[in-house]
Amino acid sequence: MTGPLGKDLLGLEPLTGDQISLILDTAEPFKEISERAIKKVPTLRGATIVNLFFEASTRTRVSFEFAEKRLSADAVNVGASGSSVTKGETLVDTARNLEAMRIDMVVIRHGASGAAQFLADRIESTVINAGDGTHEHPTQGLLDLLTLRDHFKKLDGLKVCICGDVLHSRVARSNIWGLSKMGAQVAVCGPRSLLPNAIDEMGVTVFDHIEDALEWADAINILRLQLERMTAGYIPSLREYNRVFGVSRERLERVGRDILILHPGPMNRGVEIDSDVADGPFSVILNQVTNGVAVRMAVLYLLSGGRPELAEAAKGGGAR
Amino acid sequence: MSRALFLHGGRVVDPSQGINEVAGVLVEDGRIVAVGPRLGDGVGADAERIDCTGLVVAPGFIDVHCHLREPGREDVETIATGARAAAAGGFTAVCAMPNTDPVTDNQAAVGFIVRQGQRARAARVYPIGAVSLGQKGLALAEFGEMVGAGAVAVSDDGKPVASAHMMRTALEYARTFGIPVADHCEEPTLAAGGAMNEGLMSAKMGLKGIPSEAEEIMAIRDILLARRTGGHVHLCHMSTRGSVDLIRWGKERGINVTAEVCPHHISLTEAAVEGYDTNAKMNPPLRTADDVEALQQAVRDGVIDVIATDHAPHHYDEKEREFADAPNGIVGLETALSVNITWLVKPGIIDVVTLIDKMSVAPARIFHLPGGTLRTGSAADITVFDPAAEWTVHPAHFKSKGRNSPYAGMTLAGRVHYTLVEGQVIHRATG
Amino acid sequence: MADEIVELNNGTDDLLIVGIQRRGVQLAARIVSLIGEREKVTVPQGALDITLYRDDLQTVGPRPVVGPTNIPWDIDGKRIVIVDDVLYTGRTVRAALDELADFGRPQRIGLAVLIDRGGRELPIRADIVGRTLTVPPGGRIDVMIAELDGRDAVVQVLPEQGA
Repeated sequence: MTGPLGKDLLGLEPLTGDQISLILDTAEPFKEISERAIKKVPTLRGATIVNLFFEASTRTRVSFEFAEKRLSADAVNVGASGSSVTKGETLVDTARNLEAMRIDMVVIRHGASGAAQFLADRIESTVINAGDGTHEHPTQGLLDLLTLRDHFKKLDGLKVCICGDVLHSRVARSNIWGLSKMGAQVAVCGPRSLLPNAIDEMGVTVFDHIEDALEWADAINILRLQLERMTAGYIPSLREYNRVFGVSRERLERVGRDILILHPGPMNRGVEIDSDVADGPFSVILNQVTNGVAVRMAVLYLLSGGRPELAEAAKGGGAR
Repeated sequence: MSRALFLHGGRVVDPSQGINEVAGVLVEDGRIVAVGPRLGDGVGADAERIDCTGLVVAPGFIDVHCHLREPGREDVETIATGARAAAAGGFTAVCAMPNTDPVTDNQAAVGFIVRQGQRARAARVYPIGAVSLGQKGLALAEFGEMVGAGAVAVSDDGKPVASAHMMRTALEYARTFGIPVADHCEEPTLAAGGAMNEGLMSAKMGLKGIPSEAEEIMAIRDILLARRTGGHVHLCHMSTRGSVDLIRWGKERGINVTAEVCPHHISLTEAAVEGYDTNAKMNPPLRTADDVEALQQAVRDGVIDVIATDHAPHHYDEKEREFADAPNGIVGLETALSVNITWLVKPGIIDVVTLIDKMSVAPARIFHLPGGTLRTGSAADITVFDPAAEWTVHPAHFKSKGRNSPYAGMTLAGRVHYTLVEGQVIHRATG
Repeated sequence: MADEIVELNNGTDDLLIVGIQRRGVQLAARIVSLIGEREKVTVPQGALDITLYRDDLQTVGPRPVVGPTNIPWDIDGKRIVIVDDVLYTGRTVRAALDELADFGRPQRIGLAVLIDRGGRELPIRADIVGRTLTVPPGGRIDVMIAELDGRDAVVQVLPEQGA
């Protein structure tokens, strides 16, 4: 029972450019469904999907929920707090219990890198990674790619700079893999204390100054800067971060051409991004959210592949 | 109105341009307009002339490590008195360490130092900002804001950056602003309570010693972190043979490490502590003759990049205490040139060209400061000195408020005659 | 077929032509063009992809590619004619009817197909048929459209030859 993407979606690093293209192409008709009055198709009717969110997240969980419901699947939300000591055990037990209830798919978000893989290795159901630690957030990467493709009509050769705390960002990592596989040129910009030391070996250009990054880029993806980074000593203050690295209208105007602005949300207005940029003419932040539902529908659709052995029994299924 | 100044007859030594010959230097409106052997004819009659016959004319000295005590301890030094002491020592610029009270860890404090330096109208004063807020080693200071206000480097000197994670982060974060992180290499738990070098002498004198490893452990830590992060680490006041070996190891591998030595560490040994003289107490302490020899050789072969003073004035009363309780530090701005000449140039370990490189050209280069050159068009920051003249050190005559010098009463070779900043004479030797 | 559609509808008022992906869309375009020539009216045209409404998704194997659906108008009260290339089991039309129901409530839905090859598995019939063909068990009808396949043709593939 392996569809074109395999059993699970754990990250973008294991995928090929063709597989990513398939997901993006499949997302196109799903965009249209969200524009209809009745936003529902019967495609996954009867499928049981569990949203297993160990980390608080409103936007990703709700986006997945809409995707599942618009495909007529039955979605159940399970929120759990991961205990750092018994984390592994809790995860396995929860998963096996759910499997015993005959679920088809699990969408998991967890604070530990590798948690999605851990789960996928232990249960038969399809596992979709909605963000594991600082490792990957594949559906976010995909919706970013779709949003870029919508605007530029292609990804090959596109210059995209990821700005901010790359060190702690699963969104950054998924974007780096996804963009690279689609032939885009990738750069990062931020203080070196927030960039992985080995960043130069990830096939990525590094800009130490936001002005240089803006001069180069066709599009920038601005990562959220978390308050914890300051208290953990990676940067002195959010204020200085904004002064030195913040994407402001002045900095964009100095470049003198259009640069597309993306942000995975939620935004810290006035820290990594100023309001007049977030709400400005080049921001596609809301398009990202819309595309998020379509991309997730596409992923659910592609991963819920049928079983060919039953196709034999069905004899001529799909014929006119 | 063009103000012209003509320095003639001196031996111009400018390592930045490979000049080492008798020549004249013509200055107009604070800028060097010409350097050469036969300039005399082109000089106007109303130009001020300074006869430099028998003297060396060099790019102004730059001290990348000194303590000016203001704000907080204006009783032992102010930025004005410190800048004037610097000028008396031939320095046209100094970098002031941030262990003031309050600590110079924000843009307002950096701006204050800049303004006070401008008002002093003597040597230029470049602030060094703190690495951590309050130099407490807990939270990074805002490097960007401080650099924006005029800071040229960051350091927690006085103290080490004890946390390796903080040192690493500081080196990474400093890359954005292109500044060095200068570390006072002292492993705090090894050095705690120490008053002098650990060895036979400390054992005999009953004083707790600071082992050389306290410095070397931090030196190699910093060198390795510089390798990992690609940042620039500057090692302050190196004092042991072991440190020299580690710096050489680092440089051979292309790691961005630069190092300084102080005049006292290439001239005095722990023997100077004999009699419990607190004017020989500083941190890092005076070490053994073997360490001194290693440091002298390191200056010669380039493992040590610059000579800096670590000028640390203290109040007479504070130093008049039991050895273990006395504060660390000696003044050095007004004796640096002479100590260097007496112990490095006279014995032939280095020549005057190398000396000027270590005191002017290299400091400007590694801290990205203007100066360190007599190139046409650059600001006329010039030091004119007699490399041979002897004089006796009388701390009472110092321009600095500090009198704590171990060289008191010694006769040294080498004397500053003129110090010029932007073409203005800010120090002229008397007598 | 174009004339019959107009006749069936008593004119072109409230008439919408919807082609089923993929080849039904091109056929629908040609019909709309013919109606335009003959009646001097441009009838609105839409496209419907029924993949997501198929009744065999759980068994068909790897996911089929989903094409674009474009129904840009309110279909309440309208008279729709679905256009497809081949009518066989009727399951495609069943899916199309379910999908249209999610868009609204038309007054009437008619079906026009180029080829009716019999073999119904559901009670579905076409209002307008271009040609009826009998196909032996195991055989296949392939319709080729110039815009997609380079030429117009109806090819019957017999069991021994078929792949």
